Amino acid sequence: MDTRPDEATTIPEDDLHALVDGRLAPDAAAALRRRLAADPQAEATVTAWQAQREALRDLCAGMSDLAIPATLMAACERAQRTHERTSQWWRWGGMAAGLLVAFGVGWLASTQWHGGQDGAAMARVEPARQFAQQAAVAYAVFQPEVRHPVEVTAAQQDHLVQWLSKRLDRPLKVPVLKAQGYELVGGRLLPGDDGARAQFMYQDSAGQRITLYLGAVKSSAGGDVRETAFRFLDDGPVPAFYWVDQGFGYAISGKLTREALQELARVVYGQL
Amino acid sequence: MNRTLLVEQLPSLRRYARALTGDPWAADDLVQDTLERACSKWQLWAVGTDLRAWLFTLMHNLYLNQRRTAKVSLNTVSIDDVEAELHTPAAGGDGPLDLGRCLQRLPADQRAVLLLVAVEDMSYEDAAKVLAIPLGTVMSRLSRARSRLRELMDGGQTGARPAAAQAPNLRLMK
Repeated sequence: MDTRPDEATTIPEDDLHALVDGRLAPDAAAALRRRLAADPQAEATVTAWQAQREALRDLCAGMSDLAIPATLMAACERAQRTHERTSQWWRWGGMAAGLLVAFGVGWLASTQWHGGQDGAAMARVEPARQFAQQAAVAYAVFQPEVRHPVEVTAAQQDHLVQWLSKRLDRPLKVPVLKAQGYELVGGRLLPGDDGARAQFMYQDSAGQRITLYLGAVKSSAGGDVRETAFRFLDDGPVPAFYWVDQGFGYAISGKLTREALQELARVVYGQL
Repeated sequence: MNRTLLVEQLPSLRRYARALTGDPWAADDLVQDTLERACSKWQLWAVGTDLRAWLFTLMHNLYLNQRRTAKVSLNTVSIDDVEAELHTPAAGGDGPLDLGRCLQRLPADQRAVLLLVAVEDMSYEDAAKVLAIPLGTVMSRLSRARSRLRELMDGGQTGARPAAAQAPNLRLMK
């Protein structure tokens, strides 16, 4: 970049763009601004372009804020899964993590449920895990939403429960997590591998959000996945605890420690 | 965290598609097509490289294809093309148009550069890669886009053409 303090030469236009777009090093930008002081026309151009840039960003800011349509979400999840299937490295890494989790968190399986028989248990790992990944993706999409975090707010909780129970074809209950510091924000309906899924969002006083994601989970063979142990997923966008009970999957996702999530998972399980 | 998260790119892809096409429906279709293209092309993405730039490249190519198709089937909309490409500033007008409409009045190739650089914060080099054009072309298109948009906002010189304003989505590029 030509930033010599030579007022006789015209400032190259590329430098003006670089200044407007914040592409200059701080000292180069400062030097250029000094030169602009002596070049009213160039300065006016920079001012106008800067205003234009800000106006464009404002205009477009509203565009990324809108709720993502279900069809787009579904396409996104499809693409994500294809990627994960084609990426061998990730796949083997993921399976190894899945096995570790299966053995590591196994104490709950042995104390609370009989975790399933050998081969059958392995065959079930994938759909439940995929379920948890979808939960994490849904969390990542809606957690940052300011205007539309949920479709139906907690103010209409009865309607929310009725509606989602109908769509998921099973009477749902919204767990109360007040004792853990979380208030219900509301919920939404989402598409999943095996039909409709629901997401309940909670928020604590600091604005930290967690989600409970639920829906039917089918095995690869098409039958219901009966039940699994509590499992921990920590290679997604957020960590999650998930489990399957009577063919229905549950995943608690949030940017929390494993212990905190596990505690929430146990509270939720206890209430359902 | 080795996970490549497509969904994190969605807001940015949608924002760009909307501003580029000027039409929310067309934009979401474009994003959808991009995601589907990504499905079939994942093996071409080099792990560890900029996922966003890759997705924007896919989207840009799809957008160009769509425009080419539109050109074949809808060659009657060229009046708008002429307006965008060859319009000479008329004296006076009916005041400045709003920014969104002015943006749609820029030729698509200029609009793409301006949006990538000013809204998506892409470096000039990345924008050149995404659009598959030389860096110098990025700079000249950026320059023309900024000057033209400034003219449009200041003068509203195209306000005398209300008919053209009705169909901004079918404008052709060349």
